[in-house]
Amino acid sequence: MIQVENLTHTYGGRKALAGVSFEVRKGEIFGLLGPNGGGKSTLFRILSTMMVPTSGRASIAGHDVVKEAAAVRRQVGVVFQTQSLDKALTVDENLRAQGHLHGLSGALLTERIERAVERLGLADRRKDLVETLSGGLRRRVEIAKALLHRPLVLLMDEASTGLDPAARRDLSRHVENLRDNEGVTILLTSHILEEADRCDRLVLLHQGAVVAEGSPGELRARIGGDVVVLESGEAESLAGRIAERFGLPATAMDGRVRVEISNGHRFIAEVVEAFPGAVESVGLHKPTLEDVFVRETGAILE
Amino acid sequence: MPAATLWQRELLRFWRQKSRVLGVVASPLVFWLLIGYGSNDLARFYSGALVLTVMFSAIFSTISIIEDRREGFLLSMLVSPAPRTSMVLGKILGSATLAWIQGLIFLAFAPLAGVSIRPLELVVVAAAILLISFTLTGLGFVIAWRMESTSGFHAIMNLLLVPMWMVSGSLFPMATAHGWVKAIMWINPLTYSIALLNHTLHLPNAAPGALASLVVTAAFGLVLLAASGLMASQKATHSAA
Repeated sequence: MIQVENLTHTYGGRKALAGVSFEVRKGEIFGLLGPNGGGKSTLFRILSTMMVPTSGRASIAGHDVVKEAAAVRRQVGVVFQTQSLDKALTVDENLRAQGHLHGLSGALLTERIERAVERLGLADRRKDLVETLSGGLRRRVEIAKALLHRPLVLLMDEASTGLDPAARRDLSRHVENLRDNEGVTILLTSHILEEADRCDRLVLLHQGAVVAEGSPGELRARIGGDVVVLESGEAESLAGRIAERFGLPATAMDGRVRVEISNGHRFIAEVVEAFPGAVESVGLHKPTLEDVFVRETGAILE
Repeated sequence: MPAATLWQRELLRFWRQKSRVLGVVASPLVFWLLIGYGSNDLARFYSGALVLTVMFSAIFSTISIIEDRREGFLLSMLVSPAPRTSMVLGKILGSATLAWIQGLIFLAFAPLAGVSIRPLELVVVAAAILLISFTLTGLGFVIAWRMESTSGFHAIMNLLLVPMWMVSGSLFPMATAHGWVKAIMWINPLTYSIALLNHTLHLPNAAPGALASLVVTAAFGLVLLAASGLMASQKATHSAA
């Protein structure tokens, strides 16, 4: 549904995208996960036809985002990171104006609005001014607005930023409903692990390049077993000594030593005994996408 | 139809923020009354004050483009299939209508300047104010479209727009101006807008002539409108939004 081939973009001298390629299949939720400044927003602007890339190609539903921008705009609904609602207008008025921009009017538009507010649980807020709505509700109005023209693809840029965990889960649930009941393909950018974990597939973006691609499960499976995190005042030297003694790759970062190992609990006992006093606290967890990111880039996500 | 929607949106917003009317009309009004009573010649400064009202309104509504594009309704317009020209048209139509309404409110104070307007003349005056509203909105749009932040706009307001208004015949007539100021007045499009009002209101200092005033104001407006359309249709390689 979305094809991205060797896309690059430079702002002045700074390279924001350095040859990014991936493919999004029909009816999946696809995530772009990476730290701020990793290239997500640039990619989002190019896919939403707001900006022309320096080189490479991208197409949505078979239409080139540069040469056939108008066709792409008809097939794509966009939810921005910042608000795109008019706060001085009601929910209904915002939706109506959006419908007009897409050439919808009359009974058809009314029907589409009714369906969209129904779907996103906004039916009782239609007459309310947007400025009186909570952050979570506003995001839902944004989605309702983006869906009015029945796009095949929904692009969402950091849509859950600024929402509390409950509102974020609620938003994810609505997005999953869209995929399941409407067959909408969704591409979202995020720097929040929990959100990325709910994607069907994702790419990890770092410094404008794709460092890993796959389902959250596949990506996590790259790390066998457990991740052990040791807090230490002398993380660098501890990492070196662990590598030497146990023959394991150990990385030191921010006063912490991270070790990937299959039998974490046994290793913890051994390491604490081997270096008495060097370890201040110990943590053990199953691999997360953050661990995958650290492993692939040597940098942390947030 | 997208243009009509945008126009309607501007009016709705305006109606919900009625205090804006007061803000826009009040300052030129106070300004006019102070200078007018101070110099004991309200008539002489009337057209200038009316144009200032229209200019403030036009500029304030076009400034909103800057914010609106980064965080606001304009964002969704930029990614909608509606042509950019209809966006420009909608925005300019909306802002010009608001400027016109505020100009008409100011017109209600005309009797203070000793101007009495017959019904038929009212149509002519209203049409002249509408034309000036369009022109100044176009000017605001051309300036605002490329701007990154509203702070830059204030500098332009103080360094370009207000001085431009000062040397337009609003404060002193062309006839008595010093040579180089007179030259600036000749090439200043606003001079023609103020002369146009002076002509239609039968106020003194109506130079240049009526036809020249009309033609220059209309031509200036058309050029700005065309420039607005061209600028908005250009593709961005930088983060326009």
